[in-house]
Amino acid sequence: MEVYLDNSATTQVDGKIIKLMNKYFSENYGNPSSLHDFGRRAKESLDKSREIIAKKINTNKDEIIFTSGGSESNNLALNILKEGDHLITTKIEHPSIFETAKNLERKGIKVTYLNVNKEGFVDLDELKKSINKNTKLVSIIHGNNEIGVIQDLEAIGKICKNILFHTDAVQSFCKINIDVNKFNLSLASFSSHKIHGPKGVGALYVKKGLELNKMILGGHQEMNKRGGTENVPGIVGFGEAIKLIKENDIKRIGELRDFLIKELLKIPRTRLNGSKNKRLCNNINISFELIEGEGLMLHLDMKGVKVSTGSACSSQTLEPSHVLIAIGLPHEIAHGSIRFSLSKNTTKKELLYTIKKVKEVAKLLRKISPLKDDTK
Amino acid sequence: MYNKKVLDYFRHPKNYGVIKNYSGRGKVGNPRCGDIMELHIKIGKDKRGREIIKDVKWQTFGCAAAIATSSMVTEMVKGKTLEEAKKISNQQVTKKLGGLPPIKTHCSILAEEALDSAIKDYEKRKKK
Ligand SMILES: Cc1ncc(COP(=O)(O)O)c(C=O)c1O
Ligand SMILES: [Zn+2]
Repeated sequence: MEVYLDNSATTQVDGKIIKLMNKYFSENYGNPSSLHDFGRRAKESLDKSREIIAKKINTNKDEIIFTSGGSESNNLALNILKEGDHLITTKIEHPSIFETAKNLERKGIKVTYLNVNKEGFVDLDELKKSINKNTKLVSIIHGNNEIGVIQDLEAIGKICKNILFHTDAVQSFCKINIDVNKFNLSLASFSSHKIHGPKGVGALYVKKGLELNKMILGGHQEMNKRGGTENVPGIVGFGEAIKLIKENDIKRIGELRDFLIKELLKIPRTRLNGSKNKRLCNNINISFELIEGEGLMLHLDMKGVKVSTGSACSSQTLEPSHVLIAIGLPHEIAHGSIRFSLSKNTTKKELLYTIKKVKEVAKLLRKISPLKDDTK
Repeated sequence: MYNKKVLDYFRHPKNYGVIKNYSGRGKVGNPRCGDIMELHIKIGKDKRGREIIKDVKWQTFGCAAAIATSSMVTEMVKGKTLEEAKKISNQQVTKKLGGLPPIKTHCSILAEEALDSAIKDYEKRKKK
């Protein structure tokens, strides 16, 4: 049995979307900047997708620009900062935020990395206290890609009164309601391939009047905020992916998540990472004590179950996940963490198979572990 | 990222466990870096009266590279004289496995260190 439970990494593209996209390679292949009708039609299609995204986050289509994905959107958002500015972000961001923040520090921008508590929540008082007269931007991830915790953007938005507020909504988009007005957002990042759309397509919400520091020069596309001929088939696919989202799916995925959490926590010496209640509908992150995550992940892979791990041994830096360390996990427990991420294609049968295999593998790996196991 | 042989040793580990009345014990690594290995040896004598590793068992908390090298090193030293066993290096173990990704070198060193440490432990006990 093949069970794909790595949907936070990426998702399967819907067949309907592929079919639609194909038309934009072979028939409507015009360049949106061309003035003839091929170009006009391509431009109309772009704007249709723009409209769909804008509606989803309660704003207007002239505030959406397309990018090559969530990473580019995040880079573009943070690069609005200049020397002397102050940025506030968190210790649980995606690498496309924290690497960018580290890079900004080298350019003379001050950065504060907010702590999170053991459930993964940002402390609003710490945020308030961190704001100073140079604070220009607050960037806080909405739904966390590793531990699934959802931050209270409405409350954070209220604190960011005269400060720009950006969120990385790559994982939360189409899973939780996002209202850029209610949340007082100036910038927000989205990506297509996490919601069954194609890879290499993303969007950035840019509040009207806000000037970005353009990163790709050479064309006036995307309201002169991002040069380069638009990825029309991809953008059309992104729009279609949003159209195919069903409330019912979200609800069902959430129920499957709760079932998997309940069953996996029956295994001795396991713990759930991230808030139990304010959690992405598709995310499960569990630590298996006495076990190293890469071993668990690879054994599951050989048995057909595809998951990911926060273990250091599987990272290039040999450091465990910074997110798991930020919620206070000791290193050896962070090493034994596995993320299971579901999608609308996940079935109960697949989860039953997964649970069985996880139990088998955990038992074997605990048997060969020198760490003290009092569950034997 | 791993070759077939490494995955095979990882999947079907050999000689894992503990020796209750071991002659020497080595425990290396730390939880911070993600790999810990414990190795037990039982020393006996061959027909010519030389000290040999009669039995060897390991337990490892670690990635596939750490588990595969643990398994391989114990296979390599079983039945060898102490002098021969001391000469086994991490490179030899890795080579026997058909190579490891460069980033995993640090995980494979554990096996050599655990073996050295178990032999030293035995020699210390013997002196007492
Ligand atoms: C929270 C978060 N932000 C940003 C990204 C990057 O998105 P993309 O892969 O589209 O560049 C990801 C995907 O890995 C993510 O999970
Ligand atoms: Zn390792």
